[in-house]
Amino acid sequence: MSLAGIYIHIPYCKQKCHYCNFYSFASNNYRELFVDALLNEINLRKNFLGKEKINTVYFGGGTPSLLNIDELNKIIQHLGDVFDLSDETETTLEANPDDLNAEKIHDLKKHTPINRLSIGVQSFFDDDLLYLNRIHNSKHAIDSIENAIKAGFHNMTVDLIYGIPGLTEKKWRENLRIFFDFNIKHLSSYSLTVEPKTALNALINKNKIKNIVEEESIRHFEILQEESDKHAFIHYEISNFAREGHYSKHNSIYWLGGHYSGFGPSAHSFNGKTRQWNVSNMKQYVESDTVDKIVREKETLTIQQQYNEYVMTSLRTSWGCDTLHIKNVFGDSFVKLFEKEAEKHILNNKLLKTESVYKLSKQAKLFADGIASDFFVF
Amino acid sequence: MEHIRNFCIIAHIDHGKSTIADRLLEFTGTVSARDAQEQVLDDMDLERERGITIKSHAIQMDYFDDKEKYVLNLIDTPGHVDFSYEVSRSIAACEGALLIVDATQGIQAQTISNLYLAIEHDLEIIPVLNKMDLANAMPDEVKDQIVDLLGCDYEDIIEASGKTGYGIDKVLDAIVEKVPPPKGDPEAPFQALIFDSVFNSFRGIIAYFRVMNGKIRKGDLVKFVNTEKEYEANEIGVLRLEQEPRPVLKTGDVGYIISGIKTSKEVKVGDTITHVEKACDAAIEGFEDVKPMVFAGIYPIDADDYEELRNSMEKLQLNDASLTYEPESSAALGFGFRCGFLGLLHMDIIQERLDREFDMSVITTMPNVSYQVVTNKGERIEVHNPSGLPDHAYIDHIEEPYINAQIITDSAYIGPIMKLCLDKRGTLRNQVYLTTTRVEITMDMPLGEIVFDFYDKLKSISKGYASFDYHISGYREAKLVKLDLLLNGESVDALSTLIHQDNAYDLGRRICVKLKDLIPRQQFDIAIQAAIGAKIIARETVKAVRKDVTAKCYGGDITRKRKLLEKQKKGKKRMRQVGNVEVPQSAFLVVLKLND
Repeated sequence: MSLAGIYIHIPYCKQKCHYCNFYSFASNNYRELFVDALLNEINLRKNFLGKEKINTVYFGGGTPSLLNIDELNKIIQHLGDVFDLSDETETTLEANPDDLNAEKIHDLKKHTPINRLSIGVQSFFDDDLLYLNRIHNSKHAIDSIENAIKAGFHNMTVDLIYGIPGLTEKKWRENLRIFFDFNIKHLSSYSLTVEPKTALNALINKNKIKNIVEEESIRHFEILQEESDKHAFIHYEISNFAREGHYSKHNSIYWLGGHYSGFGPSAHSFNGKTRQWNVSNMKQYVESDTVDKIVREKETLTIQQQYNEYVMTSLRTSWGCDTLHIKNVFGDSFVKLFEKEAEKHILNNKLLKTESVYKLSKQAKLFADGIASDFFVF
Repeated sequence: MEHIRNFCIIAHIDHGKSTIADRLLEFTGTVSARDAQEQVLDDMDLERERGITIKSHAIQMDYFDDKEKYVLNLIDTPGHVDFSYEVSRSIAACEGALLIVDATQGIQAQTISNLYLAIEHDLEIIPVLNKMDLANAMPDEVKDQIVDLLGCDYEDIIEASGKTGYGIDKVLDAIVEKVPPPKGDPEAPFQALIFDSVFNSFRGIIAYFRVMNGKIRKGDLVKFVNTEKEYEANEIGVLRLEQEPRPVLKTGDVGYIISGIKTSKEVKVGDTITHVEKACDAAIEGFEDVKPMVFAGIYPIDADDYEELRNSMEKLQLNDASLTYEPESSAALGFGFRCGFLGLLHMDIIQERLDREFDMSVITTMPNVSYQVVTNKGERIEVHNPSGLPDHAYIDHIEEPYINAQIITDSAYIGPIMKLCLDKRGTLRNQVYLTTTRVEITMDMPLGEIVFDFYDKLKSISKGYASFDYHISGYREAKLVKLDLLLNGESVDALSTLIHQDNAYDLGRRICVKLKDLIPRQQFDIAIQAAIGAKIIARETVKAVRKDVTAKCYGGDITRKRKLLEKQKKGKKRMRQVGNVEVPQSAFLVVLKLND
């Protein structure tokens, strides 16, 4: 895999979702300085990936759909000036349904190179959206998808969250039905997770809102697998489903050990050996004029860490973990370690082996972390 | 000889023995205040951290009163019940003892039992009231206790502070004036008492001794009476801050001998050294071959580390002869060692030293005492491991060790302490009011009950005030049953324990409940059962983990996720697979954690 991608982090939000643990905030602090700071960082760190050809650009956040058309174009144009972008570049914008009115979508389609939308629907039910503290409602959700389709966005993905307290099986099936009825080719669907230091965590600890019930979440996952099978979606990553040929190129870079450069506060970059991440502080970010001030931490991966990451991410995908790849990149000794550890998982039907490729069985996908960590070496 | 004073210090833990000792060294110029590392006498890291002197040492000081020079030998003593035999040998090498009592706390059980030992050996006792600099010192009350105990005069008690140095000069004067010089016959055959030994990786075992009669010269051929081994005295000398070689040591002197001894087993505390030719008539009285009383299995976490563990145990034993070990195997844990310890603290120390000094991660199994099984044929078998018990059909009866326990407490806690002791199958022997509010309780108790969670419970119900000391008093018949623990139906030998039948149900239930806490959830339900013979008496279930997967894995922050899984893996590495269940290190000591 030799794809490389660019990630742009836009931390602004109108309102912070309770479960969110990304660097984002509901204010316009340094808003007027931000885009220029971003362009400045792109200049400063343009050599991180060497001369690699860039296949994807991804605007994530936060809420990147808060940027106006001019700002988006300014950033993309600058990326084009600095990097080797092709006409086929997959350029994705994460968007919140309430931002995607007909006019905005029209402009995005017509006046920007953005060719893929990732719409943060999460649920088509208002009570779920309320629980999650999303700013949009179910009508926004439906409208935004319809507008996008009308405007001619064929490459689109929707996020849906399951395991929300109060989300019954019936409602979950209904969410999936609505989604599949739109005939969209890609779905990202996550189990609601209580991360430390989030509002959700605090509210649950104070008994202000209901906690997640693991059994329900597992049941939702099973329904999800079942429905995506029915609609000929490939379960190509733990939380991602798509028709053949409609996979997210950008996210696949992360899962296949590809290289990426992330710009904006808290963004991560990886060039095969070094991973580094930027400061999670907007004031510091906009005031930084050197790479050293922007980059908060840097680690150079040992061969063991590279191997661990490969196993960890590849096992989550439908491509699986390939011992030929391990042999080529890490050497025979790692293949031996891998095969030895794999034995018991194959016996337990957790791993399926086809020639040199090992994949998680359907039921083992719920245990991906534990299985991956069994393979870790130090 | 007239100018030698040999003395030791008797004190409870934290009553300031080491700080007073440091002050004495400083006042006599043995070390300068600036150079003095705090608590010179405790030179093991572990000792300093725990604030307990584990192994006794000795040091020589010069002291000048108005006109004459005196040589003072301070023989340090360990301050914990596990090491009471070593204390008794140190005491036997002295003519006097400083009794140090914390003025804020008063007399504790350990102090009293060591004090009695000192009085038995006719030592001159010099009472010192320490920590007089503290605002909460209660000198009058504590002096009452001391006077009651010693029958001394109030004026005999020296007020001092190890922290400020207050009163230290008076202590030194009292040592010279009151402690009698050594007795003994300088012309008699050489006779010396070994009171300690240390291991030096270059020079082998160095024995510390006190010359009781006669003299020894460098190069003499000597014999250790109890081990019957003979050596050449390659080097002898005195114990200053460093060892200082001397050509000769005479009656009353305290010193060391290096004679190329390789293993600590050859140097037994309490043994007598004499000359090969012109040997002394008799060994010094009081020698005992100290026997470990508490046993536990020690196993490497990673079965491949067995050989490395063996090497580590060998090295540990070089400087700790009281540690015994023999190979043992467990169905659950593979190959390891059955180790004998003097007590629970000793066991803790060994485990910690393995970790620190040898980087060995080990599993320690539930401790038990040494049982005597009398078979139908009348044979007597010593059993150190519940799984080593002969078949039920061959056992006539089992005997367990009993102790004579002294507990000193504030009278407010008598009720709960009494209840605790009775629950632990104790019987009251005596109850004495030391003062109006301090009581000494003497109990007969099975040692096996102490090994479990007695000490922690005692501390907690008395809010830390009760102190405790014990001596083995003999073996008695007991109705003991073997309590087995099963994980998913398979008996785990390393978790078996011998327990009095009256307590078995309760303990079985509590162990199951605690194991449920300690064993992490896995991908299947785990049944935890306690059984006596074929009968299941308790059961708990660890529910299966049904989900172990991170939902989101992008945004490029692969590092964070990798680190999470690294942590998960490291946790797994500290666990041992028993059958199909991963059992963490801590679970094997579940009995000691019932109250955590």
